[in-house]
Amino acid sequence: MNFDFSDDAKALGEQARKLFADKAGTPAARKAMAKDAPAFDAALWAEIAALGWTAARVPEAHGGLGMSAEESCMLADAAGGSIACVPLVSSLLATEALLIAGSDAQQAKYFPGIADGSCIAVAAWSEPGAANPQALAVKAEGGKLHGIKAPVADLPGAHLAIVAAAGADGPSLWLVDLGAAKVETIETLDLVRRHGRLTLAGVAAEPLGDAADYQLWLDRAAVILAYEAIGTATAAMTMTVEYAKTRVAFGQTIGRYQGVKHKCADMYIKIELARAHALHGIAMIGSNGAELRQAAAAARVASLDAASFCGEEAVQLHGGIGFTWESDCQFYYRRARTLSAALGGRGWWADRLVRALELRNRAAA
Amino acid sequence: MDFNDTTAEAEYRVTARAWLEENADAYRAPPATPWKLDEFIARSKAWQAKKFAAGYTGITWPKAFGGQGLGPMQSIIYGQEEGRFHAPSGLYSIGLGMCIPTVFSHGSPEVAARYVPKALVGDEVWCQLFSEPAAGSDLAGIRTKAVKDGDDWIIDGQKVWTSFAHASDYGIVVCRTDPGKPKHKGLTMFIVDMKAPGMEVRGIKQMSGGSDFNEVFFNNVRVPDAWRLGAEGDGWKVALTTLMHERLAVGGKPRHAPGYATLLKLAKGIEAPNGGPAIEAGDVRQRIAQSYINDEGIKLTQLRALSALSKGQMPGPEQSISKVVVAKTMQEMAAFALDLAGGDGFVTQDTDPELEKLQGAYLWSAGLRIAGGTDEILRNIIAERVLGLPGDLRPDKDRPFNAAA
Repeated sequence: MNFDFSDDAKALGEQARKLFADKAGTPAARKAMAKDAPAFDAALWAEIAALGWTAARVPEAHGGLGMSAEESCMLADAAGGSIACVPLVSSLLATEALLIAGSDAQQAKYFPGIADGSCIAVAAWSEPGAANPQALAVKAEGGKLHGIKAPVADLPGAHLAIVAAAGADGPSLWLVDLGAAKVETIETLDLVRRHGRLTLAGVAAEPLGDAADYQLWLDRAAVILAYEAIGTATAAMTMTVEYAKTRVAFGQTIGRYQGVKHKCADMYIKIELARAHALHGIAMIGSNGAELRQAAAAARVASLDAASFCGEEAVQLHGGIGFTWESDCQFYYRRARTLSAALGGRGWWADRLVRALELRNRAAA
Repeated sequence: MDFNDTTAEAEYRVTARAWLEENADAYRAPPATPWKLDEFIARSKAWQAKKFAAGYTGITWPKAFGGQGLGPMQSIIYGQEEGRFHAPSGLYSIGLGMCIPTVFSHGSPEVAARYVPKALVGDEVWCQLFSEPAAGSDLAGIRTKAVKDGDDWIIDGQKVWTSFAHASDYGIVVCRTDPGKPKHKGLTMFIVDMKAPGMEVRGIKQMSGGSDFNEVFFNNVRVPDAWRLGAEGDGWKVALTTLMHERLAVGGKPRHAPGYATLLKLAKGIEAPNGGPAIEAGDVRQRIAQSYINDEGIKLTQLRALSALSKGQMPGPEQSISKVVVAKTMQEMAAFALDLAGGDGFVTQDTDPELEKLQGAYLWSAGLRIAGGTDEILRNIIAERVLGLPGDLRPDKDRPFNAAA
C-alpha cells in the first residue's frame, strides 16, 4: 500500500516552496497589483523554466523531463501557496491537454516551446453570459472558432490557448495560436493574476482530441487546480495561526480562545479532506483508474471549500487589520474566487461528482 | 501509488479471508433480531476463543503474552477481512484495544502473566473506568480516590459511561491518590475486580433507548498494591498511554453505518418536495456530494495512515481529523435523509430497514460526537497539537487539587 507522493516529487515540492518563498510570496504579489506592473514576473518565469519546471510534465522526446502528475501537482501546490505571479499553473493545464489529446505533430510543434518557457500556454474554459455560466457556447465551424472566452487566467502575454468548445459529439478542446486572436485584459476580483477576454471571431484552430479527451482533461485539470487551491488555503491558515500565536487580547494570546482555535482547526480539517481527495485523484491519474471522475470532482469541490473558508476566516481572525488593503489577507480572500472561476464552481463540480457516483452505482448494480 | 497489498500482506490477507470464509459462516449477515446480552456474551466468547486458536487475536502483541508479534498492517488486514462479516467482536474491543496493552506496558510481569492470556482468549472481559460525573473531558479532574491501607489500596468513588461494565470481569481505573498535589500529578492507575465486594454496576439508559454503558460505584473496594499499574502518581501518564492505544487504532466511521450511498439510494426512490425524483434536486445532490467528500475523505485519510504503517512509518497528524468529521457528518446526513423521507423517516413502526438504520444513526451520532473525545476537545487537540496554538486557560492546573478555588 503506497498512498503518498514519491520522494522525487516531494523533493521537487520542497525546492519549489523554497524558491517561491524567496522570489515570490505576498510582497511580490503586492508589487504585481500596481496598474503598470507587467502581466507576470518575467525574471521568475525565466528562472523556473531554467530549472525545468515548465518541462516537468513534457515528454522527454519533446524536450521535457517526462515526469508524472505528482510533480505537476507539487508545483501547483507551491505556486498556490505563494500567490506566485507566473503562469505556471496555466502552463501545467495546457501541457496536460497536449499530453492527453495532442497528435504527434501537435506535440512536436508545441511541447518544445512550452518546455523551455518561450511559449506561454493557457487554458480557456469560462465564458461570459448569464444563461448558464458553466455551459459552453463557443463552437467550431469548419475549423474556425466562434465566441468569447472570459475570464481566461494568464491570457495577457500568452502565446497559445487550449480552448474548450461545444461540438456535435459533446465539448472538446482546440488549440489556438493567440497571435491570430483578439486578446484584451479584463479586470477581475483578482488584482494579482492577470485575466483576459479572448474573442474568437472565426479564428483558425486545430482540433485537440475528441469529447472523451476533453472529459479526461477536465478531470486532470481539476486535480491540478485542487492542489493550487490547497496550497493557497494552507498559506491562509498558516498566516492566521501565526497571527493567533502573537496577537494579544484580554491579557492572552488570542490563540488560547476556543472561538479562534476551533476556527483554525476547521481550516485544517477542510484542507486535509481536500488533500485526501486530491491525492486519490493523483493515484487515479497514474493508474488510469476508474475512480478518476469522482476523485477529481471531490478534490475540486473540497479544495474550493477549503480555499473559501480559509480565505474568509483568515480575515475574520485577524480582526480589523485583516480587512485593510495593507494586510496580506486580501490575497487569499480574492484568490478563492479566482480558483472557482477558473474551471466551473463548486455547484457544477458537486453535480459532476454525484453523476459519477450514480454511474458507478449503476455499473455495480 | 499503489493501493495493493505488498506480497507479504496479500498472502496474509488470503489466509485470513480463507479462514473467515470457513469459520465465520454463521455471521455473514447481522442477526434478524439483535441478541440479548447473555447470548451476545456467549457468542462473543466462543468467537474470541476460535480466533485465539487460529492466531487472530493480539496480532501485534508480544508472543510472550500469547500474541502473534506481527506488525500493524497484519492487524489492520485481519480487521478489514473480519469487517466483511458481522461476527461479535465488540465485547473485547476496549479490553484488548486499550486496557490490556496498558496492563502489559505498566503492570508487573506477574500481573501481565496472570491477566493478559485470559483476556486474549476471551475468558475475561475488561472495561475502562476513567470518566466521572464531574470529570469527562477534564479527565484529570477525577475524584474517585484510592487510599493506602497496608499492602492494599481502598477505592471509593464513582465512574460513569463505562461501556460493558455489566459484562466485565476486570477493569483499569484511574484514581486520585494524592489530593495535595496539582490534579495531573496526584493520580494512580489500578486493576480492579468488577465482582469485588463494594463494586456496584448500574446501567445507564441512552437517549437512543439502548443501554451499553454504566455507572460504577466503588464502596471501600480493596485492591492489592500488586495491581497498581505504573508508579504511584503516574496515573496521568499511564492514562495517556491508554488513550494513545485508542488513537493508534485506525478508527473512523463505524462499520456498516449509513453513508453517502445510503442517501443516494434513498433519493432515487423518493420524490422531491417540488416534484421529480429527489436524486435530481439540486440541494439533494449537493448533500450527497458533501457526504461523499466527508466520509470518503476520512476513508482516504486513513489509507494514508495505512500507507505510512505499511512502510514502517508513523501515521501523520492528519489522522486527528477522523472522528470529529465522521460523527457530525453522520448526524447531518441522517437528519437530512430522514427529513427527505418525511413521515416514513419519523415513524418507528414497520419501518423500512434502510430508514431504520438511518434513525439509529441519527440517535447514535449524538453520542458519537461526545464519546471518545468531544467535537470541541478534538478541535482543541488539532489546534494545539497539530497547529501549535497555545493551550486553553486552565486556572486550576498548578493548584493543589484540594485547595479552595
